[in-house]
Amino acid sequence: MTQVKSALAGLKVVDFGVVGVAPTTAKYLGHHGATVIRIESHTAPDVQRTMRPYKDDIPGLDRAAVFAACNNSKLSATLNLRNPGAGEVRRRLAQWAEVMICGFPPGTMEKLGLDYGTVSKVNPQIVYFSTCLGGQDGPLAHFRAYGHQVAALSGVSELIGWPDREPTGVPFAYTDWISPRFGVAAVMAALDYRRRTGQGQFIDQSQLETTLHYFAPVIMDYAVNGTVQSRMGNRLPYAAPHGVYPCQGQERWVAIAVFTDEEWQRLGAAMGAPDWAKEPRFATLTMRKRHEDELDELVGKWTANEQAGEVMKLLQAAGVKAGLVQSVEDLFHDPQLAHREHFRYFEHAVMGRHAYENLAFRFSKTPDRQGAAPAMGAHNEYVLKELLGFTEDDMADLYVEGVITTDADLPDY
Amino acid sequence: MAWEKGTEGALAPYRVLDLTEGGCALCGKMLADLGADVIKIEVPGGDSGRSTGPFYKNIPDPQKSLFWFAYNGNKRGITLDIAASDGRDIFRRLVKTADFVIESHPPGYLEALDIGYAALEKSNPRVIMVSISPFGQEGPYARLRASDLITMAMSGFMYLHGDPDRPPVWITFPQASIAGGAEGAAAALIAHWHRETSGEGQHIDVSIQESMTNMLFNATVWWDISGRNLVRVGDTWQIGPILVPFGYRCRDGYVSLNLLGGGRPSNVASSAGIVKWMAENGMAPPWLQVFDWVNEFDTTKVTQETVNRIVQAIADFLLTKTKAEVMERALRDNIIIAPVSTAQDIWENPQYRQRHFFVEVEHPELGASLPYCGPFAKMSRTALQMKRRPPLPGEHNLEIYEQELKLTRAELLILKQSQVI
Repeated sequence: MTQVKSALAGLKVVDFGVVGVAPTTAKYLGHHGATVIRIESHTAPDVQRTMRPYKDDIPGLDRAAVFAACNNSKLSATLNLRNPGAGEVRRRLAQWAEVMICGFPPGTMEKLGLDYGTVSKVNPQIVYFSTCLGGQDGPLAHFRAYGHQVAALSGVSELIGWPDREPTGVPFAYTDWISPRFGVAAVMAALDYRRRTGQGQFIDQSQLETTLHYFAPVIMDYAVNGTVQSRMGNRLPYAAPHGVYPCQGQERWVAIAVFTDEEWQRLGAAMGAPDWAKEPRFATLTMRKRHEDELDELVGKWTANEQAGEVMKLLQAAGVKAGLVQSVEDLFHDPQLAHREHFRYFEHAVMGRHAYENLAFRFSKTPDRQGAAPAMGAHNEYVLKELLGFTEDDMADLYVEGVITTDADLPDY
Repeated sequence: MAWEKGTEGALAPYRVLDLTEGGCALCGKMLADLGADVIKIEVPGGDSGRSTGPFYKNIPDPQKSLFWFAYNGNKRGITLDIAASDGRDIFRRLVKTADFVIESHPPGYLEALDIGYAALEKSNPRVIMVSISPFGQEGPYARLRASDLITMAMSGFMYLHGDPDRPPVWITFPQASIAGGAEGAAAALIAHWHRETSGEGQHIDVSIQESMTNMLFNATVWWDISGRNLVRVGDTWQIGPILVPFGYRCRDGYVSLNLLGGGRPSNVASSAGIVKWMAENGMAPPWLQVFDWVNEFDTTKVTQETVNRIVQAIADFLLTKTKAEVMERALRDNIIIAPVSTAQDIWENPQYRQRHFFVEVEHPELGASLPYCGPFAKMSRTALQMKRRPPLPGEHNLEIYEQELKLTRAELLILKQSQVI
């Protein structure tokens, strides 16, 4: 049987990522068959290798699940590229790569001798993608922070929560998954340009700017109309009822969204046609918006006696948009996600078999090539010998000189 | 300087037929920004997204939707009723020269019109079709009715967001369709690489639910690895059993701080930096000035009581500072803190100004220039450009139908009067 190739089979990627955005961008390519070498160093392990949760709650660089989530379908090589003996490794990496993905503010890659200027001299066709919080210039170019600060500075935080309270925040580095989608698109477009013209290029991504695209009309509303939009709970100007409503059991909620008067009538019928739902004060959207507090309370009183799953089924059957407010545990039992194999289980060298999230798309023809995340330095031999062409003797030197890092190079923490 | 001029976009040779609606239109916008010839196909009378606010000068007019403008710039526009048989014929002819077809109709809709992927592939095996839908094209939930609120609920996002004493919340500006649109563009270009190297097109099935689940980032791994089903705790970091707030009130708004300790020098420097700032203002309690961030704030050892004491002292201090003061100090001393920005703060932020991120685009019909978000990436050789303001409904009908497809005026008149175009 001939094996069908993945979409990006044969593409060579070096991933100098750190934390969320750059590694996730590289992971998209790895999932679809690119050979992605994630460069790490024991002298400064990725912060995600030192973050909880750990497998069995035992700290360990190869036990950190967040790192695994951002770095599966890759090879890991542990190299101290600042080491004076690393010159030849740097040169061969720069020659081998078709794409380099970096997650640092300006200056960092220069110190490693692998900035765009240096790499493009050795390899003019390189597609060199750089992502950081503010981008490569401007007053925030050197500002290093986490996804929460990106969410704050780009306006996400202001727009979540209740109008009478402080912002409720996005505690899960929301923007770290915005930037990779733009990054993948830019890198793939640059690769196509390179295929046609033979020319590589440098790509500068600001994570703040990519996030603004998810909120562009909000910015325009201020710039054009002077309106500063803020958080409104779950409300939407052109729908009512539009919110989540409590159901039987602890922390069980159902989301209901009614846009048209027809949908409202269907909801009324599904609720058993109570008298209040027939009142003129709820008959039209403008009336429902005017009496929205009361409307929410009445809908909530109805749902409170029902099972969330039953409400969703009943309303969907009636032609009303409704869905469960699912917890993460629920996601692992969601029949639709199961149908799409959203969670796939791979054998990790240290953590054993555990779940990895798929991306949000499926190709009809080319298979993906997902796998487990690598243990730190698991592919040193393969990367240096098979991919970069170093000999057994070279390898011994690289170990002795400390170019290839090991547990002995770990910092005190 | 606007976006750099005079270069060809990376995707200049390619054509996209864009049937997406709402936030999914970001998919075509990304491809258009990268230089592709994106033809937005609207129903006669205009896309429903044109009724979505906000509106230019708050005038509720389909020609003035800022929402529609934001996600349809750089596209050409034609009107076509693909549900009519004449419309379908024209669509099929357009597909013959298209590289991508992107759409966000309910699953099964295009198949029922015999213009689903299986039908289009026969006339153009190279075509890449991206279908963006709430739950995907197949499966038990594929045919459910959904809006962004529903997919955000089903994705797991809402359960994890909000104050514990109130219902879960979404993000006030709807996000889910936009996320699906961006995912669709990334996927389309991965498939494009394969098509250009093998000649084979394919169908891409994007789930909006999954595109939001991905954005939960580290929440799903807690359940998988530790069996902990996280709950919403407001603007707070759950480090195992320990809760550390991100959000603080300041003099003129709010700020977001990652309070960290343990071995990593940059984290310790950040926390020590804020204490130093407090001390300069006489607001650091003596015990905090000698606090050992390395050993006493290790996430595996610190107690909630210690966290609460520190947080209270910092909260009292930050109340005396403005957002601008916080940003300035964060930059000076590498403190991991930033203001919670409003649209006004963003508009005035020198970072975006110095990078020329916002660009003015002329709308002659409005007699005004409107500010748009600029390039989502700065590409050194194939700079992203804002070449066209968003199209008026049917603005390029003649260009496409008459000049390209060679329809006669008589045919166009028939199509117009039967409301096909």
